[in-house]
Parts: sequence; structure tokens; C-alpha cells
Amino acid sequence: MEFFKKQTSFRFMPLRRRWYAISGVLIVASLLLLVVRPLNLGIDFTGGVVLELGFPQAADLDQVRGALAGAGYEDATVQSFGTARDVLVRLLPEEGADVNAVGQEVLAALQSYEPDAKLRRTEVVGAQIGRELGEQGALAALFAFLMIMAYVAVRFQWKLGLGSIVAALHDPILVLGFFAATQLTFDLPALAAILAVVGYSLNDTVVVFDRIRERFLMMRKGSSAEIIDLAINDTLSRTLMTSVTTLIAVFSLLLIAGDVLKGFSVALAIGVFVGTYSSIFVASSIALDLKLTARDLMPVQREKGSVDDMP
Amino acid sequence: MHSYPAWRLWLVAIVMLLALVLALPNVFGDAPALHLSRDDRAAFTEQSQSAVTGILEAKAIGVDAAFIEGDRLVLRFADVDLQLAARDAILEAAPREYLVALSHAPRMPGWMRAVGLQPMSLGLDLRGGVYFLYEVDVAAAVKQLIASLERDYRTLLRDERIPFTGIQPDGTDGVRIELRSGADVDRVDAALRKRDPNVTLETDRLGEGGAVTVRLTPDMIKQRQDFAIQQNITTLRNRVDELGVTEPIVARQGVDRITVQLPGVQDPNEALRVLGATATLEFRLVDDQNDALEAERIGRAPLGSRLYQRREGGPVLLKRELIVSGEQLVDASSGFSEGQPAVYVKLDARGASEMLDTTRENLGRPMAVVFIETKRVAEAEPCNGVRSGNECTEEEVISVATIRGVFSSNFQITGLLAGEARELALLLRAGSLAAPLYIVEQRTVGPSLGQDNVDRGFKALVIGLIGMFIFLGVYYRRFGIAASVVLFMNMVLLTALMSLLQATLSLPGIAGIVLTVGMAADANVLIYERIREELRNGMSPHAAINAGFDKAFSAIADSNTTTLIAGIVLFTFGTGPVRGFAVTLCLGILTSMFTAILGSRAIIHLVWGRRRKLDALPI
Repeated sequence: MEFFKKQTSFRFMPLRRRWYAISGVLIVASLLLLVVRPLNLGIDFTGGVVLELGFPQAADLDQVRGALAGAGYEDATVQSFGTARDVLVRLLPEEGADVNAVGQEVLAALQSYEPDAKLRRTEVVGAQIGRELGEQGALAALFAFLMIMAYVAVRFQWKLGLGSIVAALHDPILVLGFFAATQLTFDLPALAAILAVVGYSLNDTVVVFDRIRERFLMMRKGSSAEIIDLAINDTLSRTLMTSVTTLIAVFSLLLIAGDVLKGFSVALAIGVFVGTYSSIFVASSIALDLKLTARDLMPVQREKGSVDDMP
Repeated sequence: MHSYPAWRLWLVAIVMLLALVLALPNVFGDAPALHLSRDDRAAFTEQSQSAVTGILEAKAIGVDAAFIEGDRLVLRFADVDLQLAARDAILEAAPREYLVALSHAPRMPGWMRAVGLQPMSLGLDLRGGVYFLYEVDVAAAVKQLIASLERDYRTLLRDERIPFTGIQPDGTDGVRIELRSGADVDRVDAALRKRDPNVTLETDRLGEGGAVTVRLTPDMIKQRQDFAIQQNITTLRNRVDELGVTEPIVARQGVDRITVQLPGVQDPNEALRVLGATATLEFRLVDDQNDALEAERIGRAPLGSRLYQRREGGPVLLKRELIVSGEQLVDASSGFSEGQPAVYVKLDARGASEMLDTTRENLGRPMAVVFIETKRVAEAEPCNGVRSGNECTEEEVISVATIRGVFSSNFQITGLLAGEARELALLLRAGSLAAPLYIVEQRTVGPSLGQDNVDRGFKALVIGLIGMFIFLGVYYRRFGIAASVVLFMNMVLLTALMSLLQATLSLPGIAGIVLTVGMAADANVLIYERIREELRNGMSPHAAINAGFDKAFSAIADSNTTTLIAGIVLFTFGTGPVRGFAVTLCLGILTSMFTAILGSRAIIHLVWGRRRKLDALPI
């Protein structure tokens, strides 16, 4: 089986304004969404208490809420988790409150309502730790960007490097926009998934760039746009193929691994889609608009003082 | 037919064979087990092992395996019921002889254990357990240091007969000594320098009087903080042992935090209470004029004495007068003195002078060490000591020893077994000067959820793999089957590497494996697409295979490097779940590079490469 029976010859570059427009709209929409409906941050980042309880039969969420309100926790978020018998309670205690004591009180309140409720999982995160985890995550993301940008710039050329970075920024913004739109809980594993998406998207982009470099060095005829299109077409079935295998893995996680990994799997699934899109349509377009030419990719052995170096 | 160096085939064969052996223990899974250590902390011997197995044989409780590992005896059972029955039987037949911990042990055959093979270790989210993150109040530790300096200086000035109007803390890093006469400033200066040549002093002369301020240097403060944290870690480790937890982790994190991970603990509150207890020590003379048993019988101690209970059972009468308390303890360590196990204790100046006077006057008489512990207890819980609110203070005599010589700041406690001496030193350090701890993060995973996570993660992995195998087979035909074999090799290699490094597998870690498997297929895809392309360009099959591998190499290397960078950054900055994911992601990238480049080529060479006549490739 093959996605394409013969070598494809889609023209991507002449339509690049269209890709910019699509990406631009999506990015602006994501950013707006992030402003209007901020991310539903998990307690990893906000601090707070999460309890997961297993009930012997399907739990009546309203009664659970009532039991919690009776104990003075009116603003607890109560939802079923996976099955109707599993209940997730989320609380954001006030600053300075003893989060540990809060966790115990909530458990006591719930067990007085349903003595057979079993505690499956608790997470108690102090507000300070939450802030630190958030800062650490942001720092990690920033650092990862810089490192990868440096690698691509050294290994390829700054125009390609910039193209890959734009693509790599593009993907997490859209994933975050999706999280803002759906209000899915954004937790630590989801953040890790976003960084994995950055790695994945770059992986895709780098394969295309590798081919662009090869094509540029091989072919002396044709415009830059034509050569880039050729390279994208060369790698097109590989790009799609790898997305499919990765998506098989990600969907099996999403459907089977359970709600604990939901944020993670969703972020990855969306990320693979936008990562594939951005490496085909965005990254190379940027390099082309930065006037990438064969000369940029020549092995560095130029004579000193050559006027060809002038812009 | 194309040539391929034989050594590469051998390399792949040997690596994969090794990997298979290393990965094998994971196939067998875990079974409920008991971990026994001797109460006196001595190593387990063959005799005690047969004593324990004898107990179980008498009760007809079947043991699947029994072996000594380190200082402990591990007993493995077929199910949890047998495990619990065995624990009760052992505790009943030999009370106070063994510390028994409920645990898990790998079900692999004995010969694997004998050659040192181990399965991957499972994280808390897969095994169930408790995770705490404590913050140490290091400022309080420095305050304690300043308070003890204050006491020392009072003693010093009195001994030197220098009159002073006051000694008090100055800011957060100094002690100010105020003097009646400015003329004494130099004397104080000299006395302080004699005591500690490296001391940092500020002197003031104000009209009549004068003042000397001792400043702690940043180094001293840091040293003190590190000491407090180290001591708290020791305390926590010690208490974790009391909980009977196997494979606990107590480690410093960052500047002033301590993480505690207790696999298998199901009640976080019990763990919290025991870990959060504060303990201290007192040294008292034994009242050997009166009969302790008699005092216990009538329920009243003679005047000037108090009735205490010994740790090993039985009453003892101690003088009310305190020689030294734990606050005056600066350090404790265990070692040997003339072949006897001993505990070395160091006191501050005031404690030392008290001790000197006491020992000089009481040679040959017994002295006792009292261990005082304050725990947080629940309403309904019993307290063997004095209860005030939620706190329970328990006192017990941990050692009674005869004073054999005069000593002051440094002395030793002997007459103990080696294990006991070690424990006492730990207790002494635990009891003294520990800075307060606050919980800033806590995560608990119940055992049923842990098992759920294992099952789900494993199922996701298997289904993802099967889906990929089918897809690769359909898309690349027989080459796709070869790619599936390569993916499987990657799984084996990754499992082997994780087991070898004893990296902890968590649920996000399983997700990382699933993801790397998806991405590992990528390297094969790159190669196969290249082979197809070369075939389309009219190359012969053998040449196409060679060209496919050669030309795909730079793309594979570059693309994996970018993901590896992301993985390493995640590992460096990440904590907990993020780290677990990063570990498998990074290792998975490395193993997939090996299997895709070398392994895949070896297989293709063995199947197709050696054929003389190869008209078309099944790709």
C-alpha cells in the first residue's frame, strides 16, 4: 500500500499566503481564547486538593456536592472520573490554609455521606509549590526552545532555524488554544506533552529541511520555491506515515490509558495534527520568504572577501 | 547480494541477546511478599531464616520463595491472604523479634536473582503509595544555633568573671553581648577568640559601657542549615523504617526541601503522624537506692525520683534532676571503641560542663538516656504518655549504662549491639535539633488505582503496538513485518535498559514508551520511503537497500536529536510525572536509533540481502 502511487508534485509554496492566513487566524483565535477563557489549570499549577473516590455504586454527584457544602466546601468542583462510580473532587483552598487538613476534612465529609467510599488517590499541592511548578514548566519550555533553535541553526542555517522555530511556536499555541476552548484540565503531564509536541513537530520539520538541503545541493536549476516544493513532496508520504503511526499510539493512550493521562493524550493528539500541518505548510514557507537559496546551504568553504557574500 | 560487515550482525545479535536476558525478569511480574528484618538490626542468618520458615510450616502456610537479600529475609506468597496470614503467624510466634513489612517481590525464578537480574521498579502511581514534600524551616534552625551560642557565652563570661548587662540575639545572624565597662571589651574579644579563632566580631565602646556582637558568617549559616536538613533527613529515614516500608525514598530536593516516597503505604495519615513527630533526649542519673518494681507496684515514685519504662520492658527509677537535655546535643555518631559498638555524642559548652560535674561525682553509677517523643495523634488513638490536645508525648528509657570515667563534651555510650548503637546514634541525631517541617505537597495513590494504572497502561501499549504492526504490515508488506520485529526489538531493548538502570517506571513513563514506539516507527519509515524512492528511480534492489539506509541516516540522526533535546530539558527541569515521561522518552530515542539503524539493517540483510537473485523487494 502507498498513500501516493507515484511521486507527488503538489505546489505548496505558491499558495503560502493561504497557509499563513490559516495559521494566523488559528493563532489569533487561540491567543484570544487564552485571554477570554484562561486555561483550566490543574492543582499542579494552582495549588489545591484533589481527591478521587471509588463509590460502591454510581454516585449521585448532587448529593456529593451537598455533603461537601455541609462541611463548608461549597465551591468544590465535583465530577465523575472515568466511570459513574469514580468521583473526582477538586478544591482550591484559600492562601495560607493548611491544605493537608483540608484534604482530611473533605475525606471525612464524604465518608460520612457514604461510608463505603474508597479513597483512590489524593493530591495536595501547596500554592507556593504550584507557582514553582508553573515557573519551572515555563522555564523548561523556554530553555527547550532555545536549545533546539541553536541546534537547528548550527546544523542547518539560520533561515531554516527561524522557520522551524516559528513552526515550533505555532504548534503549542494552537494546542493551548484547544485547551482553552474545551476547558480541559491543563496539568503537569499536559505540559510535558506540549514539550513532546515541540520535539515531534521539529522532528517532522527537520526531516523536510534535511531534504531541502539535499535537493538544493543536488539541483542547479529551478527556483527556490520549486526546489522546496520538490523536497516537501519527496517527504510527504513519510510525514503522513509517521503521523499515522504516532497517532495510533496516541489514540490507544487516549482511549485506554484512562483519565489520569487524558490531558497528556489530548495535547499529544492535537499536537501531532498541528505539528504535521506546520512542518508541511509553515516552516518551509518561512524559510522561503527569508529568501533561502542554494548558497545558504553550501558547505562553508568560501573564499574570504568574496562579493557574493554581500546581500 | 550486497555486503554487510559481519561484526555489525554480531553486535546486534549480542546486544539483543543481552537485552533479552536483562528484560526477562519483567515477564514474571510481582507477588505479595513479606520483608523481615531483625529487631536488633543485625543481619539475617540462615538459622533465623529456618526459624521463620519453621513457624510458617507449623501453620501450614505455603511460601513460594524465601531468600535473604541484604540484611533482610524476603518471603514470597501466592496471594495476599497467605501473606497476611504469614505476617500474623510470625508476629504471634516471635513477637518483638522481627520487623515485618508488607511488600511485593518479583516472581522471577531464583537463578535470575542469583545472577543479579532485576525487573524495572514501579513508581508510586503504579504500585500505590504516598509521596510527601516537606519544607524545612531553616530559619528556625539558625535561631536555635543563636540561642545555643547565647547560652554558651553566658557560661563563658561567668567562668571568665566578666560582668555583662545582657546577652541577646542581634538581627537574625548575631548575638550581642552588652558589657558594663568598656574596658572589658578586649577581654571578651580575647576570650571569644580563644574559644573559636575564626569568630567574626564587631566591637563598640559607648561611653561607660561596651558591646561585642558575634556575627555568623554566611558559611556558618549555610552549614547550620545543611546540618538541620541532613538531620531531618536522617530523622525521617529512621521513622520511615519504623513504618516498615520497603524501598522508601527520602531525599533532599533543592535548598530546603525533602521528598519522602513510601511505596505501598495506604494510610497517608498514619505516615504523616509518625514522620511529623518531634523527639528529644534527656540524660538522667538512675536512682539505684530504691526498688523500681516496688515503686511500680505501689504506683508512686520515691521523693526526688520518677518512674520510667524501659524500651525493652520493665520499670526504672530516674532522678528528677536533669543532667543534659537534647537541645544541648550537637552531634551523635556510631562506631567502635575497643571492639565494642559505641555511640559518640557531642554536647555544647553548657551541657559539657554539667556532664563533667555529674560524671566526676558519680563514677561507677548508672546513667540513663530517656527518649521523649511528641506525636500528632487522632482523637480516638491511644497515647502511652501525656496527651495535650492532638499531641501525645511519650517517654521511654532507651539505654542505661554505667559511668566508667569522667567526660564532658565528647563521650560515648557503650554496652550496645552494633545495630542498636547505629540506631541509637540515629535516634540521638533524630531527637536533637531537628528544625520544624511543613508539608507543601502530598500525593497518594491507592493500591487498586495503582493496579488499574498498570493494567490500563499495559493494555494501551499492547493495543498501540498491535495497531502499528497491522498498519506497517499492510503498508510495507513483508518489510512492514520486518519493521514490526524491529519495533519489538526496541521494546525489549528499552525494557532491558530500564531494568539495568533501575529507572522507575510511572504511568507517564508508560505513555513515553507508547509515544517512542510510535516515533520509533519513524526511523523505519524514513528508510523504507527512501528505498522505495530509489527503486522508483530505477536502482537495483540491493543498491536501493544500501542507498536507503545511507541516505536516511542524516534525517534520522537530526530528527532524533531534536526530540532528544526536548527530552533532556524535560528531564532536567521536570519533577515527578514529567520526569518519568522524560526518562522513557530519552532512553526510547536511544534504543530506537540502535534498533532502527543497526537492527533493522541486520534483519533486512539476513532476509533479503544475501539473496543472489532479487528482482523486486516486498516493500
